[in-house]
Amino acid sequence: MTEQSPALRLEGITKTFPGVKALDDVSFAVMPGEVHALMGENGAGKSTLMKVLGGIYQPNAGRIVVGEEQAVMTNPLEAKSKGIVFIHQELSLAEELSVAENIYLGELPRKRFGMVDWTTLYARTDAILDKLKVGFNARTRVGALSIANQQMVEIARALTVDAKAVIFDEPTASLTDAEKVVLFDVIADLRSQGVGIIYISHRMEEIFKITDRISVLRDGQYRGTLETAQTNEDEVTQLMIGRKLDLSRNASHHELGDVALEVRGLSCGTLYQDVSFEVRRGEVVGFYGLVGAGRTEIAETLFGLRDPSAGTILMDGEEVRISSPVDAIARGISLVPEDRKGQGLVLGMNCRDNMTLPQVDDLKAGPFVADGAEIAIFDQYRDKLDIRTPGWKQMVRNLSGGNQQKIVIGKWLSMHPSVLIVDEPTRGIDVGSKSEIHNLIRDLAAQGYAVIVISSEMPEVLHVSDRIVAMYQGRVMRSFTSDEVTEDSLIQAISGITPDKVA
Amino acid sequence: MATMTKKDIGGFLARQGILVAFALFIIGFTIANPKFLTPDNILSVVRSSAILGVMALGVTFVVISGNLDLSVGSMMSFSTIVVLDLHDTLGPTMAIPAMFAMTLALGALIGFLVGYLKLNSLIVTLGMLSAIHGLTLTYSGGKNMDIDDKSGTWLSVFGQGQIAGIPVPILIFLALAALLGIVLAKTPFGRKVYAVGGNGVAATFSGIRRARTVFLCYLMSAACVATAGLIQASRSMGSQNTVGQGMELEVLAAVILGGASLLGGSGTIFKTVIGVLILGFIQNGLLLMGLQFYAQFVVTWVIIILAVWLDIAAKRGRLWSPIA
Amino acid sequence: MKPGTLSSFLKRGAIWGFIVLELIFFSLAGEFLALSDKAFMDLDNMLLLLKQSAPIGIIAMGMTIVMINGNIDLSVGAIFALAAIILLDSLTWPIFAGLGDWVIPVSWGMALLVGVALGALNGLIVWKTGVDAFIVTLGAMLGYRGLVFMYNGEQPTSHLNWTLVDFAEAQFLGLHTATWFLLAVTAAIWVLMTRTVHGRNAYAIGNNREAAVNAGIRVGPHMMINFMIIGFLAALSAVVFYSESGSVNPNDGQLYELWVITAVVLGGTRLTGGAGSVISTFGGVLAIQLLRKGLGHIGADTSTVNLVIGLILIAVLFLDRQLNVKGKEELKI
Repeated sequence: MTEQSPALRLEGITKTFPGVKALDDVSFAVMPGEVHALMGENGAGKSTLMKVLGGIYQPNAGRIVVGEEQAVMTNPLEAKSKGIVFIHQELSLAEELSVAENIYLGELPRKRFGMVDWTTLYARTDAILDKLKVGFNARTRVGALSIANQQMVEIARALTVDAKAVIFDEPTASLTDAEKVVLFDVIADLRSQGVGIIYISHRMEEIFKITDRISVLRDGQYRGTLETAQTNEDEVTQLMIGRKLDLSRNASHHELGDVALEVRGLSCGTLYQDVSFEVRRGEVVGFYGLVGAGRTEIAETLFGLRDPSAGTILMDGEEVRISSPVDAIARGISLVPEDRKGQGLVLGMNCRDNMTLPQVDDLKAGPFVADGAEIAIFDQYRDKLDIRTPGWKQMVRNLSGGNQQKIVIGKWLSMHPSVLIVDEPTRGIDVGSKSEIHNLIRDLAAQGYAVIVISSEMPEVLHVSDRIVAMYQGRVMRSFTSDEVTEDSLIQAISGITPDKVA
Repeated sequence: MATMTKKDIGGFLARQGILVAFALFIIGFTIANPKFLTPDNILSVVRSSAILGVMALGVTFVVISGNLDLSVGSMMSFSTIVVLDLHDTLGPTMAIPAMFAMTLALGALIGFLVGYLKLNSLIVTLGMLSAIHGLTLTYSGGKNMDIDDKSGTWLSVFGQGQIAGIPVPILIFLALAALLGIVLAKTPFGRKVYAVGGNGVAATFSGIRRARTVFLCYLMSAACVATAGLIQASRSMGSQNTVGQGMELEVLAAVILGGASLLGGSGTIFKTVIGVLILGFIQNGLLLMGLQFYAQFVVTWVIIILAVWLDIAAKRGRLWSPIA
Repeated sequence: MKPGTLSSFLKRGAIWGFIVLELIFFSLAGEFLALSDKAFMDLDNMLLLLKQSAPIGIIAMGMTIVMINGNIDLSVGAIFALAAIILLDSLTWPIFAGLGDWVIPVSWGMALLVGVALGALNGLIVWKTGVDAFIVTLGAMLGYRGLVFMYNGEQPTSHLNWTLVDFAEAQFLGLHTATWFLLAVTAAIWVLMTRTVHGRNAYAIGNNREAAVNAGIRVGPHMMINFMIIGFLAALSAVVFYSESGSVNPNDGQLYELWVITAVVLGGTRLTGGAGSVISTFGGVLAIQLLRKGLGHIGADTSTVNLVIGLILIAVLFLDRQLNVKGKEELKI
């Protein structure tokens, strides 16, 4: 493929946000007819790069070349017209409309008087659907399709334009194995038509099955491109993790206490099944797995936000029923949720009020909220967690991600819980604050808290956990102590590969 | 540290903008008609705003909790008719608590539907607007209610009495405003109302019983409506079935004018009182200027839209919407 | 059967099932309780019912598209009243005196134009300011009503034009003029929503606004056109109705928004937009009118009708929610 010009070429793409360099001089090229994997940990810059390609962000430096031409895009529509097409992880379909209408959304063929030219619309759509060999037709309502088929509709949409490059963002996240086969066929088809494909996925197995080359991003920087046929999982993993990890593997330096929380055979419908584990005082148990593996749902069950369909929860050896967050809090379970802004904070409230929210009923002076007690609590945890804010009156909206997260953590620590669950503790938080929060989690364990950390970032899980529970599609695959865990075995476990040796 | 960003300043100006416009109105009205800013006129404006004001206090709770209440007008008619009817059979001592109990029961029903069953508050209260109107008509048999002995009852105190020269409706309005202002600003319940309206999911994730909080807001609203109905009944000593019809809109207008967001989570009792007064003074000023009574509807419409527009314009940092 | 098929079938079929139940109930109740000596399902009675459905029904068609688009319009009652006043008043304007009966189309045109203009004003404000349609039209409900009262005070505006009355009272193929208008509007809006690019885009905007924007659909003009259509239909409803009655009170049309929204919600249009059908709205309109008439038939008065309508609206909302709950896997928030 020497004489051919690339389908898509990135040259020195740099994107900075205030205080963060999200992309730093990223360059690579995708050839026509190539399936090019883009890999990197969460936070490595993949999604920023995709937003640059999709015209949602404008790069501060560098250029994008599609075919022979430089492409400058200021909105998603322009990106599409230049031949860059996305198959999103989150579908962007109008469910009440037919397949055909979704495929030609915004470009419905017209007859006189603004009438839709259904004949042309269905003919064009059927032609595309034929190519994809799907089991539904142009008139089917999109809402009636399975997720996989909805994804096919997105793909069909990509085929209506003269696509130069198609970008698949975690396309298999919600597909069954059979559906994956269909998807891979489509990708093979696109490739045979000379389209360049960027394939983003965490799943090694797929990457090695369908891609030609693998480019790796780490900390916003391009780390190299490997020929898939000439590399292996270890080498890719190495490249992804790369840095000398601050992985003083945290075997506990302190004595573990009693079992604070035990879960036996817990199931919740199709979300997760037969999950058992225990957490001791002074211990950090990390839950690692792909998005959708059921980790967050377990946390939500423990916090009373979901009713389990089977299994038991024991605290200090005693079986408990937790049917609401109020119950959970009364039992000493706290949850720092995954979606900080949506679930963790009332952004329009000040720092103090957010922090004391769960105990506002207990902080009373007569019938009123005790101002002094509240401020005392805020001051105590501001100092303890080193929260940087001009004062308690500051709206939480105006704080940085790291400080916001500390407010949420402070909110629960001030309740003196016995089990603290932290879901994605450092999502969207800059590197400096990250390690602060990691240290904080370790300190909490040392003080005797039982801590559960759910994370999609391997270095994080490895760094903070005493034990790691690996999950895959709603099931616990394996449980590791911090001594026995290796990156390879962890990646294999969360990719659904059963270990050769029995754990 | 620079704590005031450009956006904050914009928001500040937008809010003050309403007060500035209000001040200009007042100055203009005063120049046009010197009677405008006399104690007598001021007192009369506040008195005529009192019923609306009392209802607006309760609706403020509902709006801050992120919901709507379009049933307050119908409910006020109901309270008025019920207390007038029971007055002649039970006497005022029993009639007033009985009326409160019945109005609160309606509020509890709405609170249950919106809070516990999580039904859309707009449609529920729209339905209740109609249902309560029907209930009132059924109750009264479609007839107007009148008290038999209009001069021989102490019921008249609430609407017609005066203490130290100040009409009782004003005193009730101000006392209730002070009480509810403290409840909203200083008590755990008030804090929870803000949290539930600001981010209901986060409130739930913080162990706040969202359904119960919403339920209580509707109870507050019903209690205020019952008080308003009492004042209305006491003032007129007789009433039509439709006395409160359409008031839900004026009430909502006052609350929004005060700066509460319909999305919930913001607003205060003080601001609502300001909103009620702005509405009252502008209506009165227009009348004094010789404009038709009904011109105030048009002016209110313009003011509501300008107020909300400026508010969101300040929040998004640009005047015109980004809608293509 | 795929999950969701049953619930969507129930939702689609529910309104017609409800109508059948109403018919059976009122017929039996009328018969056996001897509350009425006339049969309920009498042909003339049913034809009258269609005619009486027209004022609400015509507006409900407009509300359906506005709600599918993801907005709401609370000002329809006021637009209805204002258009009626313009119609009846302009028939008597001296400048049109020389026109004879040709004044009728001129007055109709003016009334309809006023409806379109008021709708356009709503739409323009929603589009350009970004203020929620609920607030914009809530304000307009007040403001437009103010205009109504300013026009003629609290006096009714009356004028009977006998040509117009004859036209309005005419029956063609057994159906009244108003019924024909209702059917024509229903058909036209059905074509608009199922067959035209504008209609399909309106669905897309209500369904997934971000996707629509990303696909290059211009949201603002679509919303504005829909507000103009509902303004036009509110005015049309008024001209059809007042051509016959010849007298309008400034309070007329109050609570119409409630009736209209009830009909649309009964018909299964989703409150958040994106889903709904014109035919089901037609069913919703019939169901409400049947209820009003049926309750009258068995001796209940308007007050009971108000009560029942309000409760049914809430019950439908509750059922809709129950049918859409995803079961045990939903997060309890």
